[in-house]
Amino acid sequence: MTINRDFRTCPDTGFKIHLPADKLIKWNAVSGVVFLMIGGLFGIAVALTRWPAVHLLPADWFYLALTAHGLDVLLVWLIFFEVAILYFASSVLLGSRLASPKAAWAGYWLMLIGAVMTNIAVLRGDSSVMFTSYVPMKAAPDFYLGIILFAVGALLACFVFFGTLVIAKQEKTYEGSVPLVTFGATVAAVIAVFTIAAGAIILVPTLLWSVGYISHIDTLMYKVVWWGMGHSSQQINVAAHIAVWYALAAILFGAKPLSEKVSRTAFLLYILFLQLASAHHLLVEPGLSSEYKIFNTSYAIYLAVLASMIHGLTVPGSVEAAQRKKGFNKGLFEWLRKAPWGNPAFSGFALSVVMFGFLGGISGVMMGTEQLNIIIHNTIYVPGHFHATVVTGTTLAFMALAYWLVPTLWQKELVLPGLAKWQPYLFGIGMGLVSVFMMGAGTLGVPRRHWDINFADAVMGYDFPGAAHLMMGLNGMAALMGALGGAIFILNMVGTILWGKPKTKAAEEEAPAPAPEPVVATYGNAGTMAVPGTFTLAMVFLVSFVLYYFVNWKYLAGVWPLS
Amino acid sequence: MSIFPPEQRIWWKEPIERSEILWVVIALVWCLILFFMMPYWHIVGEQNLTNEAYRIKPEAFAKRTEAFAEKYKVREEGDTGIPVVRPPAGSDIYMLGRLWEWWPVLELQKDKTYRLHLSSLDWQHGFSLLPENINIQVHPDYEMVITIKPNRSGEYSVVCNEFCGIGHHTMVGKIYVVDK
Ligand code: HEM
Ligand SMILES: [Cu+2]
Ligand SMILES: [Cu+2]
Repeated sequence: MTINRDFRTCPDTGFKIHLPADKLIKWNAVSGVVFLMIGGLFGIAVALTRWPAVHLLPADWFYLALTAHGLDVLLVWLIFFEVAILYFASSVLLGSRLASPKAAWAGYWLMLIGAVMTNIAVLRGDSSVMFTSYVPMKAAPDFYLGIILFAVGALLACFVFFGTLVIAKQEKTYEGSVPLVTFGATVAAVIAVFTIAAGAIILVPTLLWSVGYISHIDTLMYKVVWWGMGHSSQQINVAAHIAVWYALAAILFGAKPLSEKVSRTAFLLYILFLQLASAHHLLVEPGLSSEYKIFNTSYAIYLAVLASMIHGLTVPGSVEAAQRKKGFNKGLFEWLRKAPWGNPAFSGFALSVVMFGFLGGISGVMMGTEQLNIIIHNTIYVPGHFHATVVTGTTLAFMALAYWLVPTLWQKELVLPGLAKWQPYLFGIGMGLVSVFMMGAGTLGVPRRHWDINFADAVMGYDFPGAAHLMMGLNGMAALMGALGGAIFILNMVGTILWGKPKTKAAEEEAPAPAPEPVVATYGNAGTMAVPGTFTLAMVFLVSFVLYYFVNWKYLAGVWPLS
Repeated sequence: MSIFPPEQRIWWKEPIERSEILWVVIALVWCLILFFMMPYWHIVGEQNLTNEAYRIKPEAFAKRTEAFAEKYKVREEGDTGIPVVRPPAGSDIYMLGRLWEWWPVLELQKDKTYRLHLSSLDWQHGFSLLPENINIQVHPDYEMVITIKPNRSGEYSVVCNEFCGIGHHTMVGKIYVVDK
C-alpha cells in the first residue's frame, strides 16, 4: 500500500496541510453544519410549541421533534464538528500526514449512515423516546442501531487521531511537546473513548432488548450507565471548545498560554475527574446513596470545576497578555476595548467564554449540588442550563472557529461579511436569552419535555403563575432571534463554500478573520505577564457565583422539610 | 502560541505569574466550600433526600396503594372518581404513578410528618410537587420512602415531569394540605 504524502501549503498560515486530511476536515465539518441546520429547524418548532400563545405542533409531533432536535444537535452536529477539530489539531497543527485516511473515511460513513438511520427511525414516529431513551420506554431497533453505528464511526475517528499523533512523533514533524490546542484535543479524544465504551455497554443490550432477545433492563442501572456516556460526552464538548478557545486566542492575537504548565494540568484534571460524574443526573433517583451522590456529583471534590475556573482565567488572560504586549496597556480594560469586536471569530469567541462561564457554569454547579437538585430536577431549568453550555458555549465557539477555518481551508471569501459581523451577537444573545428564560420558568416549576402547561385536556390541572407563561413566550421570541443568527451562520458557510469568491491577496487584508501575525508568534515567555484586567473579571465571576449559589440554598430552605 | 509547540522545551519549569497562582488558590478554596456544603446540609438542613428505597413488584405496590386508599378514603375528587385519601398523621402514605395519572389524591395535615411511598407501575415518571417545586424521580420496580412535613396549607399539584409518552402532559395529581 502506498502512503499518500501529498501536502499543500496554506497561503494564509503557512501550515502544511495533508490533502486527505484537508478533505476529511471539510466533509466532517460540512456534515456537522447540515445537521445543525436540521436540528435547528426542529428546535424552532419545539420552542414555538412551548410558547403557550403559539403552541405550534400537535403533541405527537412535538415529542417527535424534540427527540430529533436533541439527537441532531447534541450528538450529530457537535461530534461531526469535533472530528473535524481532531483532524485539524493533529494533522494540520503538527504538519503530519493523517494516519489511515481509509479508516477515517470508514468512520465518516459509519457516522453518516448511523445519523441518517436514527433520524429515519424518529421521523417514522415510532421512536419518540427523547435522545435519552430511558427504559422501559422502547424505540424501534434501528433507532439504537443508528446511534451505535454513529458511535463506532466516532471511535474510528479517535483512533485515527491517536495514530496521527504517533506518526507525527515518529516522523518528527514537530519538536518538543505538542501544542496546547493539540493537547486539549487529545484530552477530548481520550474522554471520547471512555464515553463510547460506556455507550456500548448500555446501548448494545438495549438494542437486543428492543429486538426481543433480552427481556428486562433495570431502569436505574440503565440511567447510571447511560449517563456514563451522556455526561462524559458533554466533557468532550467542554475539552474541545476550550481547545478551540485557545486556538482562537492564538490565531486572532498570537496569544501564548500564560503558563503551559497550568493550562495543561487543568486539561489533565478533566481526564482524571470529569468522567466520574454522572450522578448529577441521578440526584433524586431512588436506590443510590447520598455518599455516592455527593462524591460523584462533585467529581471527587469539584476538581473538574477547578479546571474550568482555571481555563476561565487563562484563556482571556492569554488574550490580555498578547494585547498588552502590543501596547494596549492603558487601564484595566484597554486590551478588551480595542479587541476586534467586529470580527465574528473574535466576538463569537468572547461571547462563548462569557456565557459558558456565567450562564452555563454557575447554573450547572448549582443544580449539580445534591440537595439543590431537588428544586431543579427535570424542570425546564435543565434545558436552560445546557443551552448555555452547549449552545452559547460549544456551538458558538465552533461557529467562531468556522469563520476562520472555512475561508482558510477553502481559500474563499465569506459571501456575507456584513451579516457575519452581527451573527455572533444575534445567535449568542438570542440563545443566551433562551437559556435565561428557560431557567427562569424552571424556578417556577415548569416541566421540561412537556407539550401543554395549560393542561387543557387533563383531568386535573395546575395553574402556573402568569410569569411562567410570560417567560415561555419570551423564550419563544428569543429562540426566533437565536434561530435567525443560526440561519445567517449556515447561509454564510454554505454560501461561502459553494459560491464564495476565491481569496485574493487584497481581499485577505479586509477578511474578517486575519491570519496570525508571525511577529507576535515568537515573543518570549508570557508566563510572567500580569493580567490585572482578567483577574478583575474573574473576581466578578466569583462573586456572582457565590451569590447565586447561596440564593438557591435559601430557596431550598423554604420548601417542605423532607428527609 | 497555543497552536505551536511550546517555545521552551522545558515548559514545566517556566515561572507562573502571581495572579494566576492566586486565582488557582481562590478557586480551590471555593471548590472545597462547594463540596462541604452538601454534607453540612445533611447535618443542619431540613431538606435532604432519603436513602430509603426498596425493590418492589409493580403489582405489589398497586395492591398496597389500593388497600391504603380504601382504608382512608374520605370522598372523591369532584366527578373524576379518584379517591381523596386522608391518612392519620405520622403514618405511611402511598402515591403511585401510572400512564397517565398520580393516584390517589392525598389530604394531609399541616406540620405533621408522613412517610410517603412512591413508585411507578409502568414507565418512569417525575413527581413534581407544585408550587413547592420539589422534584423526585419515580421508577418502576423501586419504591422510595420520603418523610415529608407539609408546612403550609393549600392545594398542591403533582405534575409529571419525566416524559412518559403521548399523554405525559395530562398526568397531574393532587395533594391537599389542611390546617386540621
Ligand atoms: C435554533 C436554535 C435552538 C432552539 C430554538 C432551541 C430550543 C430548544 C427548546 C425550546 C428545547 C425544549 C425544552 C423542553 O421542552 O424540554 C430544546 C431542547 C434541547 N436542545 Fe435546543 N435549541 C436550539 C439549539 C440547540 C443546539 C445548537 C443544541 C446542542 C448543541 C441544543 C440542544 C438541545 C437538547 C440536548 C435538548 C433536550 C432535548 C430533550 O429534552 O430530549 N439545542 N431546545
Ligand atoms: Cu408520567
Ligand atoms: Cu410524564
